[in-house]
Amino acid sequence: MFKYLKQLTSLVAMVAVLFTFTTETMAAKKSKTLKNTQKKGFVRCGVSQGLPGFSNADAAGNWTGIDVDVCRAVAAAVLGDANKVKFTPLSAKERFTALTSGEIDILSRNTTWTLSRDADIGLTFVGVNFYDGQGFMVRKSSGITSTSQFKDGISACTNIGTTTELNMRDFFNSKGISYEPVAFEKADEVVAAYDAGRCDTYTTDKSGLAAQRTKMTNPDDHIVLPETVSKEPLGPVVRQGDSVWEDIVRWSLNAMIEAEEYGITSANADMMKSSDNPAVKRLVGAEGELGAAFGLDNEWSLRIIKQVGNYGESYKRNIADTGILPDRGPNELWTKGGILYVPPAR
Amino acid sequence: MNFKLQKIVPQLITVLAVVLVFGFFSYNAQVNMENRGIDFGYGFLSQESSFDVQFSLIEYDGSHSYFRAYLVGLLNTILVSVIGIIFATILGVIVGVARLSPNYLINKFAAFYVEFFRNIPLLLQIFFWYFAALRALPLPQDADAMFGVFFLTIKGLYVPAFVWENFNVFFYSIVAAIIAIVVIRIHARKVQETQGKQLPVLWISLGLIFILPLLSFVIGGVSLSFEIPKLKQLATTSFIYEGGVSLPPELIALTLSLALYTATFIAECVRAGIQGVGKGQKEAAASIGLNPNQVLKLVVMPQALRIIIPPTTNQYLNLTKNSSLAAAIAYPDLVLVFAGTALMQTGKAIEIVSITMLTYLSLSISISILMNWYNKKIAIKEK
Repeated sequence: MFKYLKQLTSLVAMVAVLFTFTTETMAAKKSKTLKNTQKKGFVRCGVSQGLPGFSNADAAGNWTGIDVDVCRAVAAAVLGDANKVKFTPLSAKERFTALTSGEIDILSRNTTWTLSRDADIGLTFVGVNFYDGQGFMVRKSSGITSTSQFKDGISACTNIGTTTELNMRDFFNSKGISYEPVAFEKADEVVAAYDAGRCDTYTTDKSGLAAQRTKMTNPDDHIVLPETVSKEPLGPVVRQGDSVWEDIVRWSLNAMIEAEEYGITSANADMMKSSDNPAVKRLVGAEGELGAAFGLDNEWSLRIIKQVGNYGESYKRNIADTGILPDRGPNELWTKGGILYVPPAR
Repeated sequence: MNFKLQKIVPQLITVLAVVLVFGFFSYNAQVNMENRGIDFGYGFLSQESSFDVQFSLIEYDGSHSYFRAYLVGLLNTILVSVIGIIFATILGVIVGVARLSPNYLINKFAAFYVEFFRNIPLLLQIFFWYFAALRALPLPQDADAMFGVFFLTIKGLYVPAFVWENFNVFFYSIVAAIIAIVVIRIHARKVQETQGKQLPVLWISLGLIFILPLLSFVIGGVSLSFEIPKLKQLATTSFIYEGGVSLPPELIALTLSLALYTATFIAECVRAGIQGVGKGQKEAAASIGLNPNQVLKLVVMPQALRIIIPPTTNQYLNLTKNSSLAAAIAYPDLVLVFAGTALMQTGKAIEIVSITMLTYLSLSISISILMNWYNKKIAIKEK
């Protein structure tokens, strides 16, 4: 039966392609997502259900975090106002469907860039705004200080629908340890179950562990083990098939990182217009025609820097000053010993 | 001719409308999936799943296929539904009968139970049992043994495992006992119909079901020992129990909340059924000399069941469908394993959701068919 279903659907698809071909070529010049966003007057952004430092809403409903700032940067570039963003909190399970079905236009939700996600399910990753790795948290009182002390029968709490679930299996298998995976749909439920003693360890991205630790009854009773068991490059994602929109999101993020590299901050951005460095002048819109490439004006990146700040400011405001991860580690600029390195905006 | 046309045209329009609606949705999905480079197909089912599941009735780990992960989820859903239905039925019948009790305390307590549990959303009850009630349980190292062998801890309920020797002899002895009981019952009925004498069937049956298996121990060489769970230390303050059988707290919390919730509705069905049997029926039965037990068994229950079964079928269906709330507390049912993790790892949303929907549909239809068969069996047989 499935065989016929497939034939039928491909027949329908062929008809569909013929139908849309004539209009497609004309519309391709301008981004449909960009047009819709400008018409609506806000950027539709998918975020987490509350991960301090990345995307977290305060009591008044204001979203903050470095993932949130990516969406704000796009809003500043496209609409001229970093506050014109509509945030949709999504669980790990819902996030990709929300993006591919068009409910949101940017997914900026501590999402790991992997081959299968990028190539297989209609998504495009535009860059990395946080280099992370999976780690384990345990209770201090357990006396465990390294993953090498894990024993058969250990229970591990985590989220469903994450790369964590897969890495966890790889990790325990390679060590030959039998374990009990306890996977919840929401991060808050994972934290509650681990905090209650249901699990011996809680595993997710290390940044996530550091952030969730702040939500525990007694944060000081828990430690994050030093081992990192996987690579987790986290970054914003867009739907496949709108390359102009993809470029806008990619370069909004890149502009923030490059602004830090050239020392342009939200405070000095206007003064930098008279800089001697042409690279700086291009970034603040005083030289070149960079915005025209995506159908934007020339001050798109200036607005990002003035309204959201450069990457360093965003990191300091959201992650360092909140005590989550004071040390930038790999998320330092390449010029300062980290691995943040973006192509030049020119 | 005109009359025929009148009959056919509305039907044709309906069919056309259904086809158009389905056509539009599949066309729309196809176009959008094509634009975003998403393939449609069920081939992923044979791929390696590469994720583990906490609790499974069949052998499974990440090296098995997505299809096997689907089976794991399906079996877990069936498990929690079956246990839930059994407990809900037992509790429902007890509470339903208790609501009709002339004893004020029993009566009011049953009424309070029904009103309390059926008026709180099920999801909240699940959260309550899992996050509040089970959270209050001790850590494994602090747990006191119940009867020396059961350990109820925050990590689950640990019970002793049976270790059998010559289990097949024991099994055959039970089968033999059941066959003997059936034969005796048929014989007893014949005796009653021909001679009007009643044989003590209940006592004979009880005797058989105990004595035959007992004999298998004495002369059949069957032996049974228990493997009692033992505490094992993982780290300074982290312990588990090894050996025996462990029931995860997720399963316990889910079964408990489903059974407690659904039992309230079943209790009301039972009450309605019993009250629906006319008073005259009981009086008439008593007047021909039946004792109260016989009145209930031979006159009231057969009539009450006709009223009870159809709405109870609905409750069974509800319980099965409600078991999908498992995802909230990490019980690996069909929705969590297949429509959750597998969907995320493959991105095959349309395929997986359609399979999941079809599965629940089939489950519900199977329960319906079974209950309808039973309903027909107990319905009035018109001659």
